[in-house]
Amino acid sequence: MQSIPDIIRTIPLTHYILLSSALFCIGILGVLTRRNAIIVFMAIELMLNAVNLLLAAFSSYYSDSSGQIFVFFIMAVAAAEVAVGLAIIVMIYRNIQSIDIGILNKLKN
Amino acid sequence: MTAIIALSLFGISNLFLGFWFPRKVLQVLTLLFLAIGMGLTAIDWNHELLWFGNMFRTTNTSINFSLIIQLAAFLVVALSKAFGADDEHTHPAEYYAIMLFSVVGAIIMVSFDHMIMLFVGLEILSVAMYVLTGSDKRNLKSNEAALKYFLMGAFATGILLFGITLVYGATKSFYTSNLANIIAATAPESMPSFLYIGVLLMIVGLLFKVSAAPFHFWTPDVYEGAPTIFTMFMSTVVKTAGFAAIYHILSGVFGGIYSTWVFPIYFISMLTLLIGNVTAAYQQSIKRMLAYSSISHAGYMLMTVNAKQISSTSTILYYSLSYTLATVAAFAVLIIVSEYQTGRKEKPEDYSSFEGLAKNNPGLAFCMTISLLSLAGIPLTAGFWGKFFIFSDSFSRNVIYPVILAILMSAVGIYYYFKGIIAMYFKNGDIDRIEVPLLFKIALWFCTVATLALGVYPNIVKNLF
Repeated sequence: MQSIPDIIRTIPLTHYILLSSALFCIGILGVLTRRNAIIVFMAIELMLNAVNLLLAAFSSYYSDSSGQIFVFFIMAVAAAEVAVGLAIIVMIYRNIQSIDIGILNKLKN
Repeated sequence: MTAIIALSLFGISNLFLGFWFPRKVLQVLTLLFLAIGMGLTAIDWNHELLWFGNMFRTTNTSINFSLIIQLAAFLVVALSKAFGADDEHTHPAEYYAIMLFSVVGAIIMVSFDHMIMLFVGLEILSVAMYVLTGSDKRNLKSNEAALKYFLMGAFATGILLFGITLVYGATKSFYTSNLANIIAATAPESMPSFLYIGVLLMIVGLLFKVSAAPFHFWTPDVYEGAPTIFTMFMSTVVKTAGFAAIYHILSGVFGGIYSTWVFPIYFISMLTLLIGNVTAAYQQSIKRMLAYSSISHAGYMLMTVNAKQISSTSTILYYSLSYTLATVAAFAVLIIVSEYQTGRKEKPEDYSSFEGLAKNNPGLAFCMTISLLSLAGIPLTAGFWGKFFIFSDSFSRNVIYPVILAILMSAVGIYYYFKGIIAMYFKNGDIDRIEVPLLFKIALWFCTVATLALGVYPNIVKNLF
């Protein structure tokens, strides 16, 4: 019976870095190209999850718990951020019955 | 350090006090809370201590930054008037409480010694600011500003976190003091290359927050859409905290790998100066002009964050203080004038609504003039010495081209700041005498007198830092 950190270490570290970077880039592309506020929001969460994955991988490779503790902080803070963000989206939906960020161009001169 | 515990508790108690007291009482109470916070911050002076499992370090620099942040918050609270049309339907206690919470975040951000603290401080500050930006719920501009600020802020946080993670992967530590030692002890060849990518990503994440040039596009929209009182808060508190964090990271933690980031920073600072100043010259709205001016001031401050000299700490502190005082005064006059012009003019925040202000309101016009002169960097105001210290610091490090560009750009700055002064003194308009509340008047004159005093005797503060 292998322990979980041992199983994680059977895959080379480079693979984790590449996977997380790929997820992170997908997240960035999503933020830059999507027009629906909720989807943009999901893309941002994807970026944060790429970070979490990489932190957990580094943490078990180095047998250092602080990386995993950081993951807890990221998850907790991301949840707080989601609460505020969804409230903002609901507020906009009430005013214009849409969450397309393309409609929001009142401030562009 | 006790200040952050005290301010958090005060914030929570503020929410409850809102059940019983009207806005005016809450305002005075919040001022009292912030004064206590400043006192508690100042107690730690000359005691370099670590708190919270060595994650939070109070040094004299961090105390100075915390004091500037709390002073800015104090002035903003003193200048706050009714939020929205009537006190019945808005909940002033919540605004004051959220401001106190964001001050806590800003204090954590200037004194972090661990990456978790940097991240948590940044998020406490930012999440509070998203709420305040969107606080004008029925105004579509405010909604849009809140969504933009939120999406860009969360995006920047993601980039910052990815940078922190890569740096952790390369150094196996989150403690900033450890990081500096590990980087100094390891040969550059044996460092994994993703350390450098991580450092650059961290800097990009933080530059988003202080609105430096390629990452500034959200700033004008957000500053214009947010209620002016919170724009004032954003452009002083958030900016000071952001620069303190960048300064700590660049000159403290990653000072050892100077060559990685120094040219990107110079490039960004020059680009920021160019875009901020040139675009500001085209603006019709004073609020938007002040937003671009805050971008351009980020450029000046970026020129000095990368210095490893002792004097650059006091320079950046002095610049933050002079910028804070001038910006608060400019936004305060803008609040009063645009409130008076609402309903009379189609766009109450334009230059045209300031026309003829000096005739019946010489006091307001004088305060606005001094603050615009200080932002432009005219002698005998604090802003002049702020720019002077930055330029002389940079020259002593043989940084020539950014300084030349900065001097040219401050000449462009004079054009758009003077447009406001000309509108107030030399154009005709019909502005009657505007009644200003007492507390507002005191805070406004405090900013003006402090700007002049710092301009005549810069050493009273410069030596203190």
